[in-house]
Amino acid sequence: MTSLLTDTRVVFSRELRPVVRDPFSVIFSMVQPLFFLGLFAPLLPGDGSLQWFVPGIIVMSCLFGSSMTGSNLLFEIQTGSHERMLVTPLRRPALLIGRALKEIVPMLAQAVLIVAVCIPFGFRLHLGGALLGLLILAGFCIGLGALSYTLALASKNTEWLFWTVQQTLLFPLLLLAGVLLPLDDGPGWLQALSKINPMTYVVNAERALFNGEVLTRHTLAGLVAAVLVGALGLFVGVRAMQRSD
Amino acid sequence: MIETRELTKQFKDVRAVDGIDLTVARGELVALLGPNGAGKSTTLRMLTTLIPPTSGSARVAGFDVARKQREVRLRIGYIGQGNGAGHSQRGRDELISQGRAYGLRVPAARKRADELIDSLGLGEVANRTVSTLSGGQRRRLDIAMGLIHAPELLFLDEPSTGLDPQNRANLQEHILRLRAEHGTTIVLTTHYLDEADSMAERVVVIDHGRIIADDTPQQLKAKHVGDRVILGFDSEQAAARVPDGTRDGTVVRITSDDGPRLAARLASLGPVSIEVVRPTLDDVFLTLTGRSLREDVAAPAPALLEA
Ligand SMILES: Nc1ncnc2c1ncn2[C@@H]1O[C@H](COP(=O)(O)OP(=O)(O)OP(=O)(O)O)[C@@H](O)[C@H]1O
Ligand SMILES: [Mg+2]
Repeated sequence: MTSLLTDTRVVFSRELRPVVRDPFSVIFSMVQPLFFLGLFAPLLPGDGSLQWFVPGIIVMSCLFGSSMTGSNLLFEIQTGSHERMLVTPLRRPALLIGRALKEIVPMLAQAVLIVAVCIPFGFRLHLGGALLGLLILAGFCIGLGALSYTLALASKNTEWLFWTVQQTLLFPLLLLAGVLLPLDDGPGWLQALSKINPMTYVVNAERALFNGEVLTRHTLAGLVAAVLVGALGLFVGVRAMQRSD
Repeated sequence: MIETRELTKQFKDVRAVDGIDLTVARGELVALLGPNGAGKSTTLRMLTTLIPPTSGSARVAGFDVARKQREVRLRIGYIGQGNGAGHSQRGRDELISQGRAYGLRVPAARKRADELIDSLGLGEVANRTVSTLSGGQRRRLDIAMGLIHAPELLFLDEPSTGLDPQNRANLQEHILRLRAEHGTTIVLTTHYLDEADSMAERVVVIDHGRIIADDTPQQLKAKHVGDRVILGFDSEQAAARVPDGTRDGTVVRITSDDGPRLAARLASLGPVSIEVVRPTLDDVFLTLTGRSLREDVAAPAPALLEA
């Protein structure tokens, strides 16, 4: 007999299959973060610049990948394969959760690749902290993915809506999280906006953890932010999927 | 298998389905026929639990479509008007996923996928990405996916659209075999009159969300149109000896339930030509609605025939 768990596994492995069959798609979606890495990192002052910059880029590539993932669903809504899935006995929540969980896989692959590219340039990896960091990031990217799918479901008759919202939110989130430039010296309003951006806490946590500082308030704040985004994403996503037709 | 009462779907400003009462018994093969926008897909989408009815009710495979969606879903197969297979997936993978969605274990799903790949002639393309398949290959893959769990009730929304004549014939044969071997109940929609005519023993004609006729193709044609016998004579006097029908110079046209027999009887009057025109389902539709089903024919078909 099936259960929510087996249903989720079916959806998860279906989503994963194109990625496994064509791993280059993961590398492709990384071109942009790597560009930022190559073009920005040399501009940053000081020796520790890579240590500061690389964790942020890992979060950035997760943001790019997960926020776009809804476009796959949007396409499947338009072609009819989403409809076909809706007629199967697969439980509605599984249709969303399985998809959102899959986001972890490209995220991990990208993190490994970015780290591997940076080590020859002097990036020092603290494995324990980094693994904990990726765990936190997993929660964050599940939430982002789920939100992106929600947006796709809401945009099923208006494709432009998906891209408009996604593109409009992407860079403010990125910049306000202080991924590319530190916001410490910014004006007060900027810092205030940054404080309400959950991604800020995730980025700070990743920076601490990737540098081996595990027991800090950043870890806790990042964990809380990631869990909140994950829970929110899954909550609204499952609701949207249950109303999908 | 299916029983609807006053089934209705209202979209914002369109009443897509307007009070449909339809009963389909186990093992029947029913074709829903109607022009674009008639409400065929919307009807199927309600019967397959995709959208809730605005009012009225439907029981499918023994369960209410609005309240027992899961029970219905477990028992039906649906091949929609779009592409069921995800474009970034491989055909075989999609078949296996589909089997898994219905609770088959991986080995069973794999075996079933192989069978269907074989019987639908997908061997050469099953390992390719769906987006590289031709429209007809994709359609066959969709059909294979709808059959993966061997459902007792199968809905097909325009299954043969986009297929070439040979593949269309193959598909029809496949559907008929499915029914002969497994007793599957089948409801399909189609634009192809010949398809409805040759496959279905029951044709439900839908227009503006309502059922306007429901019978065997033969009965529909006999009841609503009838055969036409056209006799040509060498003189008007000779033509005048025909007791009924409409005379137009030396040509007489008579409508009849049994054209060939009438023609044989009238042959003794010595016509120089006899033509028996059997009606098509399009003629039925034209009689019922005053419009033609064929999109490619602007003027009513009989006008062209008689010109
Ligand atoms: N989601 C929707 N929102 C609003 N109107 C809709 C929706 N789906 C269908 N309609 C309308 O309902 C009517 C019936 O559509 P439906 O798709 O059922 O027709 P159909 O008989 O399947 O036509 P076709 O032969 O073109 O597939 C049409 O006027 C269509 O525009
Ligand atoms: Mg349709």
